[in-house]
Amino acid sequence: MTATPLPESAPAGGWTTGRIIEIDKPTETLVRLRFHVDDRVDHLPGQHYVVRLRAPDGYTAQRSYSIASDPDDPLLELMVECLPGGEVSGFLHDVAEVGDELELRGPIGGWFVWDGDVPAVAVAGGSGVVPIVAMTRYATRMGIQDKLRVVVVARSWEALPYAAELEKYGAFIALTRENHGDRVAHPPYPDEMGAYVEGAERAYVCGSVGFASFATRLLQESGVRTDTIRVEQFGETS
Amino acid sequence: MAITRGFIGKRKPSRPDRLPPGQYDTGSSWPTLTAEATPNLDPEKWSMTVDGLVDSPQTWSWREMHALPGSTYFGDIHCVTTWSKFDVTFAGVSVDTLLEAAGPTADAHFVMAHSTTGYTTNLPLEDVTGGKAWVVWDYNGEPLPRGHGGPVRLLVPHLYFWKSAKWVTRLELMAKDRPGFWEQNGYHDRGDPWLEQRYQGDP
Repeated sequence: MTATPLPESAPAGGWTTGRIIEIDKPTETLVRLRFHVDDRVDHLPGQHYVVRLRAPDGYTAQRSYSIASDPDDPLLELMVECLPGGEVSGFLHDVAEVGDELELRGPIGGWFVWDGDVPAVAVAGGSGVVPIVAMTRYATRMGIQDKLRVVVVARSWEALPYAAELEKYGAFIALTRENHGDRVAHPPYPDEMGAYVEGAERAYVCGSVGFASFATRLLQESGVRTDTIRVEQFGETS
Repeated sequence: MAITRGFIGKRKPSRPDRLPPGQYDTGSSWPTLTAEATPNLDPEKWSMTVDGLVDSPQTWSWREMHALPGSTYFGDIHCVTTWSKFDVTFAGVSVDTLLEAAGPTADAHFVMAHSTTGYTTNLPLEDVTGGKAWVVWDYNGEPLPRGHGGPVRLLVPHLYFWKSAKWVTRLELMAKDRPGFWEQNGYHDRGDPWLEQRYQGDP
């Protein structure tokens, strides 16, 4: 991090209202929401929004979710993994409907962003692919797919959000509990990483705490400099 | 603000007096958040420095730090990602002890905490004096886990936890405020959870 200059100040938005235009559940544990956002501030790929829910007695709950949509998309897309007992994710999965209006705040964050400034590699696990999808959509629209290489890891095809889209992009997909084509189930081996890390001047890691630790080590073993690695991790240790 | 249709809330606090606005009680878990690769820091190669606007810059080795008078914090911590954790115990030394040795000059009003990784966070001097801040290496009686900043981190529990820099190695006393890492990336310069100072632009 010392050797990496900070990005120019990233866009930031205050509290606003988002109306749900589309909602679907690609799997039992995922819900995809597409919002019209009042007075939207365009984001950079990798940024996130805060969703705040408000109960009749004034109680509120808020959580951050990465943006999946390209900045050019007229709607804001979030892909939310439903966690066991998740107060906000559970509501979004079980209760939210088209037409509902939610309090949103964003975009937020200026570190885990990529705007095509440098060649990069992204390594994401499970629902950690969401901010990377925003980056691949941006890269595709700008015609700079060669500047962003992607490695994604999931237990199964079913457990990987945006699996078909990521495969079409050219991402290396490593499934750990089922075979994928000719590839036997296993996390990525360091020797599978060469073509993806070559020439990358920055690396993005997104996933659970355990995944981020694994992916950071994998990148280091593949020759990526530690101070070029940017991490976004979620989840808990007890 | 409008009520969210169909939302009642599942995690209403049992002790609302201890939960700042917009936070939830994470219970026994302790989420880990880091912006960079977690370093493998060798305590014997680590040192703690207080410099900048001080009468006498000071550096302590790991062993010298442990020879200073110890100090313990027991209470709550609050993360900007909305979890709070009650009744945690950290032990180390009070930042007051370090500052007394170095002697901040009359011009010193702010502190930049620096980590071994290059992470920085800025704080008003008054937020790290008067028994409000520690450099800690012990969590609930055990060595501080690496993912949570072990072997050593700053602890400023009355502010959001990104101010409690993991792998802290230097406190730089400054006349004027200057944004640290997250503060340059959209987060608040002070970060008081009770005032919900999460992002730049909050009150």
